[in-house]
Amino acid sequence: MLKTFKIGGVHPPENKLSSGEKIQILPVPEQVIIPLGQHIGAPATPIVQKGDTVKAGQLIATATGFVSANIHSSVSGTVVAVDSVTDAAGLSKPAITIKVEGDDWEADIDRSAKTEHNITLSREEIVKAISAAGIVGMGGATFPTQVKLSPPPGSKAEILIINGVECEPYLTADHRIMLEKAEEIVVGVQILMKAIDVKRAVIGIENNKRDAIEKLQSLTAKTLGVEVCPLKVKYPQGGEKQLIKATTGRAVPSGALPIAVGAVVQNAGTALAVYEAVMKHKPLIERVVTVTGKSVKKPGNYLCRIGTPISKLIEAAGGLPEDTVKIIGGGPMMGRAMVNPDSPILKGTSGVLIVNDKEGARKPSRNCIRCSKCVSACPMGLEPYLLMTLADHNMLEQMETEKIMDCIECGSCSFTCPANRPLLDYIRLGKARTGAMIRNKKK
Amino acid sequence: MNKLLISPSPHVHSGDSIEKNMYGVLIALIPAFICSVLFFGMGALVVTLTSVIACLLFEYLIQKFLLKQQPTVLDGSALITGVLLAFNVPSNLPVWIIIIGALVAIGIGKMSFGGLGCNIFNPALVGRVFLLISFPVQMTTWPVAAGFNTSYLDATTGATPLALLKEALKTGQSVSDIMTSGAVGSYRDLFLGNMGGSLGEIAAIALLIGLVFMLFRKIITWHIPVTIFATVFVFTGILHLCNPAQFADPIFHLLTGGLMLGAIFMATDYVTSPMSNKGMIIYGIGIGIITVVIRVFGAYPEGMSFAILIMNAFTPLINRYCKPERFA
Amino acid sequence: MNTIVITIISLCAIGIASAVILYFVAQKFKVEEDPRIDTVEGLLPGANCGGCGYPGCRGLAEAAVKSENMDGIFCPVGGSEVMNKVAVALGREVAVQAPKIAVVRCNGSCSNRPRTSVYDGARSCAVEHSLYVGDTACAFGCLGCGDCVAACPFDAIHMNKETGLPEVDETKCVACGACAKACPRNIIELRNKGPKDRWVFVSCVNKDKGAVARKACTAACIGCMKCAKECPFDAITVENNLAYIDYTKCRLCRKCVAVCPTGAIHEVNFPERKITEKL
Repeated sequence: MLKTFKIGGVHPPENKLSSGEKIQILPVPEQVIIPLGQHIGAPATPIVQKGDTVKAGQLIATATGFVSANIHSSVSGTVVAVDSVTDAAGLSKPAITIKVEGDDWEADIDRSAKTEHNITLSREEIVKAISAAGIVGMGGATFPTQVKLSPPPGSKAEILIINGVECEPYLTADHRIMLEKAEEIVVGVQILMKAIDVKRAVIGIENNKRDAIEKLQSLTAKTLGVEVCPLKVKYPQGGEKQLIKATTGRAVPSGALPIAVGAVVQNAGTALAVYEAVMKHKPLIERVVTVTGKSVKKPGNYLCRIGTPISKLIEAAGGLPEDTVKIIGGGPMMGRAMVNPDSPILKGTSGVLIVNDKEGARKPSRNCIRCSKCVSACPMGLEPYLLMTLADHNMLEQMETEKIMDCIECGSCSFTCPANRPLLDYIRLGKARTGAMIRNKKK
Repeated sequence: MNKLLISPSPHVHSGDSIEKNMYGVLIALIPAFICSVLFFGMGALVVTLTSVIACLLFEYLIQKFLLKQQPTVLDGSALITGVLLAFNVPSNLPVWIIIIGALVAIGIGKMSFGGLGCNIFNPALVGRVFLLISFPVQMTTWPVAAGFNTSYLDATTGATPLALLKEALKTGQSVSDIMTSGAVGSYRDLFLGNMGGSLGEIAAIALLIGLVFMLFRKIITWHIPVTIFATVFVFTGILHLCNPAQFADPIFHLLTGGLMLGAIFMATDYVTSPMSNKGMIIYGIGIGIITVVIRVFGAYPEGMSFAILIMNAFTPLINRYCKPERFA
Repeated sequence: MNTIVITIISLCAIGIASAVILYFVAQKFKVEEDPRIDTVEGLLPGANCGGCGYPGCRGLAEAAVKSENMDGIFCPVGGSEVMNKVAVALGREVAVQAPKIAVVRCNGSCSNRPRTSVYDGARSCAVEHSLYVGDTACAFGCLGCGDCVAACPFDAIHMNKETGLPEVDETKCVACGACAKACPRNIIELRNKGPKDRWVFVSCVNKDKGAVARKACTAACIGCMKCAKECPFDAITVENNLAYIDYTKCRLCRKCVAVCPTGAIHEVNFPERKITEKL
């Protein structure tokens, strides 16, 4: 019997079209746009000006405050603008635009394919190196990694959990790196274990990635303290709280962080980035992105420089199909639909999903028939039907008592609703407003 | 390229729909319908058809002309109300009474609250109870199940096993006397549906097949029907153990009357049942207890309809206090 | 006969007993309330719209009675007339407030502002606003889902199907401000009605640079400053590429309307302009 989390969950069709496609390297584009806000927290402060020449891997913007991250140039060339550009949602956001000239890397970056195994740095040095490299959670939440590795005073991590679940349908980027960069990831896991001073690490992988599970199992067999935990396929297993529950059986209390039960969760992609930053001095300037969709000619996994326009990635996958109605950054359950395909690939872009006209538009919303399927689907044990009504009427106090802040916005409720009600749309709105109210109260 | 479509996540849907669930329930009702036609003949067919057509028509007319909405009669909910209303009346009920029942069910039971999803009480039961109180004679004159050739309006009539039991107990007979007298039939007859009663409630086996189908298709969960069965079984079991002469055994109670039909198809109505699993269990226990209390101690021989309606009224309260199991 | 008598007597007894219990309970749990609250509530319109910022008319009445003066206590629906009565009832002075009206400051109709995407989420401006720029390239303009229409307790604001923008019915609007609060983009503003119910306003809230704003919408304010220079009363300020007319200073001369290159400044209820004026 495979492990999984207990409450709720759904089974969207997996559609992992590109799981067998090897990671290919996407050619460097003519120009990259590197936004300053690619992480949760304050946008970084630019330290280059228009006209400066930069090398790949050079620091171009520094973290602003504690919860923020450094940003490096992903290419070599000339800075043509430090200005606002239109992001994927069509809004103006500050960014650095660099015109590419050649491919000249910073001298101390080790670009050889050799896997380094000896971790010589101390705990503090590791966290410093990770912080300097601008690493953020690569699963999509983009929380600065060094913050997660510095537990608040009084709490102590006991176990490191590596998220290799990739429960979003269609996406295969993590699957491919776990298969092709398995050795590096295992070293990355050991670095992370050292950074938070734990003796045990669990790599959680859903059972639809048998090859990755076997590969990592064979590699970790002789590694002390690292084990692979195959999990039953169920969405949203990649949610932090769900994954901790599934792998360790511990439940993070409402409103608390995973550290409350002694767990630190890091994405498999983050472990790879940590390895590269610590052992190879390579900052986070490229990542693997899945480009997929039912009408896409060549769905695949590409290693792209951060800042590459998404349209270039789509071109590499055979161009935008005729019947495209929607382009999503991320997976179909939690990804964001975009209006601007020329917006850049960010540190948190795990995939680009191109939806064709057959499954694009939503069906009209109808009366709630109170079937309670949303209640059974909710992995946090909430009542989405009730929260939607409360959010629509802006009843903030009631929403707080109904635990709206526990919602992880996984979309299981909207996915399952037979009346096609936009449950999560309203819950997300209610959550934002309730959160603002709670913050105001604390002041 | 066309203009891109933008919506918040999730961007995929399970494909589940109101229609799929409603028509799923209707499919689950087919075995019971076949049994009723086999036992009550043309009467069952006429009553069911009248009820369904009347319900659909009233829903359409009310939506179109009174509420001025886009009619949604084909979503299957009015169809279910029609079928369930028919299943809850004797097969020899005159057409005009059924039409009145359909009007009350759809008009008062459903549309006056705002249509699908807004009603507090199960519409079919509102119609049924209205008829039971308004036309007590016609509603309790049950044709004897005489096979497919049973005539519609002038069938031989008899009582239901529960009514027989109640009458006989009043005359001082003991339960075992009644059972051995042969008037109520063997358990095998009761299980297969060879007894008097409303046209859809008789064949326990057919209703159970429907239950299995609905559980398999995940239209309903096990909580409500199973807790009702368990509560009735335990409650009547205790009574039977205390005094076997006065109280019938649990199997008899499970197989007779509208218990199966009610527990499987009426109590599990989405709109009027609680939302959380814990709530559903409390709701099921409530229905079980009230049913047995009415059957054993009340004036009516059968109490399923009243029990469901009473618990329907408690559903908002149950929803308020029975929250689902939260994460952590 | 006997039964009837017993019934009547017992019913009477129950009634009397209940009445006595009720009387003592009512005495015990009596809430002392200022009788003036009821008086003031009676003077208020009783629409319970919340436009004053208090929960319903009784909320305002309680606040009015409790507070020392009438600062911040104003019923937008009843206006000065009602507040005068309230002030008289409480024996206080009341500040006169000019009648206001809700003004929709966006002219991004389908012809002025091309649609660049199709929004397919919940029909709520708040949801759409939190998601992305909206179905046009303007990140400030009206989203057209009608949150303001749903919020209006007086049926005074409606979507115009042709323009896709909400329109305020002057005869019904009481300036309660519910629509302004509901609008996630702060497009709706309560502005003074000028003399003869005429007013002038900038029908745009786009703070993008001129070129960007113009590209998104042909009727956008591009922050060109022409109106500010033209205004003889110093009523127009341009901040963040957006002009704003201070309605307390504006004298309705309409010179700004004439110079605006994009037609972003609107005049309402003025008679047809003579052609000679333009020359």
